[in-house]
Amino acid sequence: MPNFMLDDLDRRLLRQLQADPTLSMAELADRARTTAARAARRVERMEADGVIVGQEAVLDWPALGFAVHVSLRITVDKAAPRALDELMAAARKVPEVAEMQTFLGRVDLRLSVIARDMEHYQETYRERILALPHIADIEALLTISTVKDEGGLPI
Amino acid sequence: MTGLDETDLALLRILARDSAQSAGALGRRVGLSQPAAWRRIRRLEEAGFVTGRSLRLDPGALGLGVTVFLGVKLATKGRVSLEDFERAVCAIPEVRRVEHVLGLYDYRLRVVARDLADFERVLRRRIMTLPGIGNVEANVLLTEERFPGPL
Repeated sequence: MPNFMLDDLDRRLLRQLQADPTLSMAELADRARTTAARAARRVERMEADGVIVGQEAVLDWPALGFAVHVSLRITVDKAAPRALDELMAAARKVPEVAEMQTFLGRVDLRLSVIARDMEHYQETYRERILALPHIADIEALLTISTVKDEGGLPI
Repeated sequence: MTGLDETDLALLRILARDSAQSAGALGRRVGLSQPAAWRRIRRLEEAGFVTGRSLRLDPGALGLGVTVFLGVKLATKGRVSLEDFERAVCAIPEVRRVEHVLGLYDYRLRVVARDLADFERVLRRRIMTLPGIGNVEANVLLTEERFPGPL
């Protein structure tokens, strides 16, 4: 369990920062109705405690020339003792893999694959995905559109 | 073509992992001065290659201990039913991401909850009551890694 408690001020700061991580400390403090010094102390503490992990740029993949987004749901062949670890280590080396998740459920592993077009996807799938070790079964879901994307969390 | 050079791509790769660093620090990593790095980043943002910044929080620290990926099949199809479903599913705060997909399922949802009991409540009261809902498959997230992707 976390060894810290977030109070109302922490949550107000997180809500504002989540809406716009580029806010200056003065703007953030103003929106969260506190002083810049207090806001800075709280944010620093939440970073040290690991509540705030970091900040990343959101890329527009279609604008960058990558139009195809496929979710690969993988069932792992558990016959080998370190099957999942070996599969994950090999998948980290595939440049087209943008996300990797492990699950408790019918699916063991999910890879999010980004490609320029169907030809590039097909090449990635045949040359690099099917070459991964210990795969028992793969199902593909092709993303048609993202209807909602709230990157953040309900705070 | 996108008209981006190697330095732009290097900046995008770094920013996709960590965009909290100063333009000076970013510039040093790709061999640019602070003002030159700042101008490049501004240009990448203005051209729409970078659409924003996203804060990464530890869901566990916020009391959200469970993330579940749902595969949803609709029982009824048609334009109106898709619109009704999408409108209703997007209004659920615990549903953070909704993708319309082609394959075994029609939609892929990312759901956060405080714990499994809370998730069950969301599933029963909010998800299973959505208009047109058919089969639902739930997979509970254990670990997650993200990479810069194929830039």
